[in-house]
Amino acid sequence: MAEEPLVVARGLVKRFGGFTAVDGIDVSVERGEAFGFLGPNGAGKSSTMRMISCVSPPTAGELRILGMDPVRDGVAIRGRLGVCPQLGNLDADLSVFENLTTYARYFGLSRAEARRRAGELLEFVQLADRAGGKVEPLSGGMKQRLLIARALVNDPEIVLLDEPTTGLDPQARHLLWERLYQLKRQGVTLVLTTHYMDEAEQLCDRLVVMDGGRIVAEGSPRELIGRYSTPEVVELRFAGGGDVAGKLDGVGERVDALPDRVLVYARDGDAAVAEVHRRGLSPLSVLVRRSTLEDVFLHLTGRTLVD
Amino acid sequence: MMTAWVVTRRNLSARRVGAVLNRNVGALRSGPAYWLVLLSGFFEPLLYLLSIGVGVGALVGTVPVGGRPVDYAVFVAPAMLAVSAMSGALAETTFNVFFKFKYAKTYDAVLATPVRPVEIALGELTWALVRCLFYTVLFLVVMVVLGLTSAGGALAAFPATALVGLAFGAAGMAISTFLRGWQDFDLLTTGQFTLFLFSGTFSPVQDYPVAFEVIVTLTPLYHAVELVRGLAVGPLGWTLLVHAGYLVVMAVAGLWLASRRIGKLLLV
Repeated sequence: MAEEPLVVARGLVKRFGGFTAVDGIDVSVERGEAFGFLGPNGAGKSSTMRMISCVSPPTAGELRILGMDPVRDGVAIRGRLGVCPQLGNLDADLSVFENLTTYARYFGLSRAEARRRAGELLEFVQLADRAGGKVEPLSGGMKQRLLIARALVNDPEIVLLDEPTTGLDPQARHLLWERLYQLKRQGVTLVLTTHYMDEAEQLCDRLVVMDGGRIVAEGSPRELIGRYSTPEVVELRFAGGGDVAGKLDGVGERVDALPDRVLVYARDGDAAVAEVHRRGLSPLSVLVRRSTLEDVFLHLTGRTLVD
Repeated sequence: MMTAWVVTRRNLSARRVGAVLNRNVGALRSGPAYWLVLLSGFFEPLLYLLSIGVGVGALVGTVPVGGRPVDYAVFVAPAMLAVSAMSGALAETTFNVFFKFKYAKTYDAVLATPVRPVEIALGELTWALVRCLFYTVLFLVVMVVLGLTSAGGALAAFPATALVGLAFGAAGMAISTFLRGWQDFDLLTTGQFTLFLFSGTFSPVQDYPVAFEVIVTLTPLYHAVELVRGLAVGPLGWTLLVHAGYLVVMAVAGLWLASRRIGKLLLV
């Protein structure tokens, strides 16, 4: 018999007063996969994550984590989760090493076990040389890695990461992605939220796109791109205004006019560019690129992801 | 409802409460800042004892305690002991808990683990008790050395100071969850200072106007002072149980409310 998914949500709702943050979503996360919630700010990703973390009771619907009820069995479930929150809440009164040992004690690890684990994890996130130092002088990327180490201190079955790389520079992001990829290879189930398309494509086996508290699409990054976009996208910039988009009718499979550029969705980008030129149009710049989740999101919601 | 709450909390984990306590022990090692705060808190009631109890006391002479005249300093000292228990516990569960609750987001991190709100409250209260007892032990030593109580009186008063610390610590923690920002601490400080001045600390409550006396007998520091004074100086009597009962109810109610509020505000 197949194992029950680690996370199952059916018609899950979260309301704050009159505001509905999560509006009836269905989700299931299987063991060992990396599952993503993709969407802009305010889409309901963090509220969903808090419910899965068992720190926010659902308003309605069904939610089961590790086969248990988060409201009744919160203590047991939280003992098997690792949570890496969006708001860095590392303890400034403690050293880097103590941040981990102290946290380990909340899960009931012995003093010796906590120390052993903290040492291992600082190696894993490449912060061993900062063990005795304070938290405050650490860079954003280092703090985020420490938060991930902290989330791993109880050897969790599911690691929940809320926007793990928001605000980090590219180098720090890549180091973090690489560490998360290592975790995945070790069989840890990852659940993460992001509003970065490239992050979702890099890390997620499967994801849902959220908008306004609802799920608007679900699948692997490849599937979503296949279903809601074309293999290639041509970005054209034109001088001045005018209805350029109208003249592009029939070039590629679909045309989206954005304020600053026009996107042409095509199976073959180069062929589309040739057709543009054949029609006597002369764009200022032409970029042919692979289709990304950004294009999927734009197609599904009519809006770009970046605020 | 509260009794039911006390009964159903049997699945508390001492280990998790200990882990909350352990965090504060770790913070203690982080530098001298906390130690300075700790020490300054001890000296305040001691300075009042010396300046008013001993200094002004020389002008006052004796006051009757349970029909027996005692030196004014003997009368004031147990009150300052109770105040020191109160301030020690309150400082921990107001300033420090409020900061961790509202700004450092310490408890948000803790609640993502198996630790529950009531275990946070108990851990913090235990830590407040440690600080309170650190003050009262030193204070009792000073009292015995100055001849303001007997060794037996000191031993009898010691557990009472723990109860005072628990009661004020728990109530303070509950209040912390209602504070909006640092500006509200002015109110808290004023309230605390009012209690400090008018709880039978510097003059017997029987000397107050009757209406005022009735109000004072409803407030917590009065019961703390009467309990500690009765045990340290005398007279012993059944009314001490009433004072102790008041403080027990205050401790349980404070703990209950603090746990509830932590859960209600952070687990949303």
